[in-house]
Amino acid sequence: MTAVEDRATAEAPEREVGKARRRKEDARLITGRTTWTDNTVLPGMLHLAVVRSPVAHAKISSIDVSAAQEAPGVIAVLTGRDVADEQGSIPCAWPVTPDMVNPGHPSIAVDEVNHVGEAVAVIVARSKAAAQDAVELVDVDYDLLPAVLDMEEAVAEGAQLTHDHLESNRSFHFVFESGDAGTGQHTDEAFRDAEVVVSRRFVQQRLIPAFMEPRSVVVQPQGDNYTMWSSTQVPHILRIMLAMVTGVPEHKLRVVAPDVGGGFGGKLQVTPEEVISLLVARRLGKPVKWTETRSESLMTAHHGRDQIQYIDIAADREGNVKGLRCRILADMGAYLRLVSPGVPVLGAFMFNGIYKFPAYRFECDGIFTNKTPTDAYRGAGRPEATFAIERIMDELAVELGMDPLELRRRNWIRAEEFPFTSVAGMTYDSGDYETATQKALELLGYDELRAEQRRRRESNDPVQLGIGVSTFTEMCGLAPSRVLGSLSYGAGGWEHASIRMLPTGKVEVVSGATPHGQGHETAWSQLVADRLGVPFEDIEVLHGDTSISPRGLDTYGSRSLVVGGAAVVNAAEKVVAKARRVAAHLLEASEDDLDFSGGKFSVRGTPGAEVSIQEIALATFAAHNFPEGVEPSIDADATFDPENFSFPHGTHLCAMEVDTETGMVKIRKYACVDDVGTIVNPLIVEGQIHGGLAQGIAQALFEEAVYDADGNLTTGTFVDYLVPSAADLPHFDTGNTVHEAPGNPIGAKGVGEAGTIASTPAVVNAALDAVRHLGVRDIRMPLTPERVWRAIHGGGDGGDRATAGTNAYGGAQTETTAGVSTPQSALGGDR
Amino acid sequence: MIPAAFEYARPTSIDEALQAIADGGDDVKVLAGGQSLIPVMRLRLAAPETVVDLGRVAELRGVRDDGDAIVIGAMTTHHDVMTDPLVQQHAPLIAEATETVADRQVRARGTFGGALVHADPAGDLPAVALALDAEFVIAGLQGRRTVPAADFFVDYLTTAVEEGELLVEVRVPKLAGEWGMRYEKFNRVAQAWSIVAVAAVVRREDGHIAEARIGLTNMGTTPLRATAAEAALAGAEATPEAIAAAARSAAEGTSPSSDLNAQADYREHLAQVLTRRAVTAAAGL
Repeated sequence: MTAVEDRATAEAPEREVGKARRRKEDARLITGRTTWTDNTVLPGMLHLAVVRSPVAHAKISSIDVSAAQEAPGVIAVLTGRDVADEQGSIPCAWPVTPDMVNPGHPSIAVDEVNHVGEAVAVIVARSKAAAQDAVELVDVDYDLLPAVLDMEEAVAEGAQLTHDHLESNRSFHFVFESGDAGTGQHTDEAFRDAEVVVSRRFVQQRLIPAFMEPRSVVVQPQGDNYTMWSSTQVPHILRIMLAMVTGVPEHKLRVVAPDVGGGFGGKLQVTPEEVISLLVARRLGKPVKWTETRSESLMTAHHGRDQIQYIDIAADREGNVKGLRCRILADMGAYLRLVSPGVPVLGAFMFNGIYKFPAYRFECDGIFTNKTPTDAYRGAGRPEATFAIERIMDELAVELGMDPLELRRRNWIRAEEFPFTSVAGMTYDSGDYETATQKALELLGYDELRAEQRRRRESNDPVQLGIGVSTFTEMCGLAPSRVLGSLSYGAGGWEHASIRMLPTGKVEVVSGATPHGQGHETAWSQLVADRLGVPFEDIEVLHGDTSISPRGLDTYGSRSLVVGGAAVVNAAEKVVAKARRVAAHLLEASEDDLDFSGGKFSVRGTPGAEVSIQEIALATFAAHNFPEGVEPSIDADATFDPENFSFPHGTHLCAMEVDTETGMVKIRKYACVDDVGTIVNPLIVEGQIHGGLAQGIAQALFEEAVYDADGNLTTGTFVDYLVPSAADLPHFDTGNTVHEAPGNPIGAKGVGEAGTIASTPAVVNAALDAVRHLGVRDIRMPLTPERVWRAIHGGGDGGDRATAGTNAYGGAQTETTAGVSTPQSALGGDR
Repeated sequence: MIPAAFEYARPTSIDEALQAIADGGDDVKVLAGGQSLIPVMRLRLAAPETVVDLGRVAELRGVRDDGDAIVIGAMTTHHDVMTDPLVQQHAPLIAEATETVADRQVRARGTFGGALVHADPAGDLPAVALALDAEFVIAGLQGRRTVPAADFFVDYLTTAVEEGELLVEVRVPKLAGEWGMRYEKFNRVAQAWSIVAVAAVVRREDGHIAEARIGLTNMGTTPLRATAAEAALAGAEATPEAIAAAARSAAEGTSPSSDLNAQADYREHLAQVLTRRAVTAAAGL
């Protein structure tokens, strides 16, 4: 028996799932020698440049394009008026309430502009330079209107209006009440009886997704067909939406997302420029290209976050939580884009976090302001929710005089309670918060750091130390179609895959989940290699082209592996099932007597009688000797619609040094233990955690889209919008626990957003823990040194920044900085 | 991100360069490393008629020993300045400050002279040149003249280099005696400009500070010397208390701006803290 076992071990192919493979797509992505949209050159291609509004809110009284039209190389200049009848409205697919107000979103402004950067005309020219030169020749007269920029002012009595044809600045009012939903007690009752109530106002600043590859679109007309290449996360959604917006029939439209250089949600959109490019190509019958500049990208690609959160938590004196009440103002910006209203509403199911609240109420107002529209940004609703709950738990701990971890432990769901239905009605699938927390504490060296913190306190060290906690969960694997339907979302949440077995034994995997840097090609190859027993190298993953992968719902919400990968696995199982019939025929055996292992079918009890799946692929291609009545194909496809979300969780700990003399904060150590279910590729998981941490920490410490008092984006370049580099971030000590997700055949939960969602409150909690003994109880994000210093030495939350001063351009004045100093922004702008 | 059209000249000597500037029309920009000029041209915030590219003027590059001074050619890149043995020996403050300039890519192209002539008060090298009492050698068609650092920085982004002239080299005097130097830079991310920075050059003698020269970055429209703090330090005991007391006057006479990173009062506070730290380190404490 021993000998047999040894042989079996020796023959078993190495499992691909779990192997830290380097990504097969990286060489071409990193060198840039690939099909970025802007690398596309078509014969006779024309170039677009967009004329944009320099003012936040105005009526367009006239546009004179004559000089631009006569400029060298210019073919056409189109205004909003020229395309008013054909441009429709940028779609919003998520009407979160039946009475949600949508003002409509023209791709090119017709009568009025509602944010700085809004398109007012488009130049079509023979070269990019000629188009850019002509932009300056378009003369637009604006009748200025007051700009609405502050959400709290926007909802006050008698507020100025973002859109003067609407009655208010409110788009929707969404409510979840556990007492009404039957998932808990009535929240007001819980608060009425509470021994302790802590209330806080938190500000989720506006962020810019800042993907690496700027957006780019190429459209080629061919007869009445159109092919669009776009740097998008969502070619499938884009195709449907473009058909609905422009009237080009869906079957006459092919959309290709070639290699795409990052998105973070920022390319989960149907953009005005995509619509404009299609309209121009249709009108002129010529191929066109539009590629944005970095400045255009920061100013006009959709932004993220931007909420004001009023959070009340109720508890008893022993630290048992009794209720949570969240009132949210969510800035939509000037218009509703694809899922703008859905972002805060996704958060509605996550504010309660991992805690057993008996009562929960969530109310959210979507507010219009004269700023760039907001939409999905890594985490989309869940970082906002996680920040609020993890911050308020710390505030409650302070109020109760409890250790923040002890308070969490007292209230979190215990490992034996899974699956657990939360007060928001979500069924958390699996996990163990205690184990993850213990591991994280060890990784951080918690006890030594607490001892050092005490020493620094006692010696009144100018550099104080703090430790911040975030014990989080999130909902991933978007999404069960029925749940999306119940939330009025305009589409389902399934994903599609197909597998093509080629005659030479190679395999093509077609995925509807379109990557933009995540490593789908590597991970899907690992999944299929294990299921089919073919070498990793023999698998090619195809994606991102609606005529190659005709069905799909694309990549966002940590869904690709959990939903798209599941479809791939199911398709592979179907291939094996089909191949089994052929194998039985070729081996002259009963299907029931066949084993499938390592890519080979063998007849149980008959040594040597075996056939590989590659041989079956060739036999199927030839179809000379095939079972009677069976179609000669072992290709298969599968569509996977999850029944539930998956719920990754983890414990993130941050140790922070605060220089009380200057306000400079510096992360001393960061440790996290994440449970993302089964890990297909540890290297990719580690990379996603690192990138996620970088973006979550960036929200806490560095990034903020700042508008001045006239609605100009002050942080219009990377000089002022601070995206941290590796030099600005600490080493990350990471670990995992693994509790398989029961809802998909892989057991994966999703990892794309975990680091971003979890880290922000850990970092802010750490900074506050360092200086709370100095009387500080909040500091507004990002924790600039100035804000930290002011909070320590002047009280409050650190206050507003000087919004009209920029460090960019060596102080040169620009459209966005010239003459913008007003009484409200008079702090700066004098450089 | 495409600049407006411009004429382009690429001389190979200083004389050719001066002639090209003279012939270039009303609005000539001199291109050194291009790390400030190219971005503003691409954003069309600058649209010069002519760009004179000094990239091939070999005589403007390099560092040489000139007896009582070292001489740094205006077109010497940040990287070459940082790694130069003469700079490291005689003016380590320049090497220390240059290491903090932007990122590796910028330091590979950006030049010492370009950064000084650009005269961004948030730039690191102007305050350093001021603290080291450097001298600026300026060439014109009529000949050369030498301007001390104290007179070189005239106003915001404005220097003593007149129209038609060119900065060719910078003379940094060698210091005699027991000198210490320190550049204390304060910024939010590694590649950012200074919010405030302090360059301190300190001579110690018998447990006292004999002389302190303190250059301030980004505390006004030009780099500044912290003259009140310098006066308070002259002859003071080299103790933390004496330095801290003197540093409290570091922001006297400054007029810092307010921007996203810092409002003026916070900059004044930072100048005091950073002066204390820079002088303390430069004094070897």
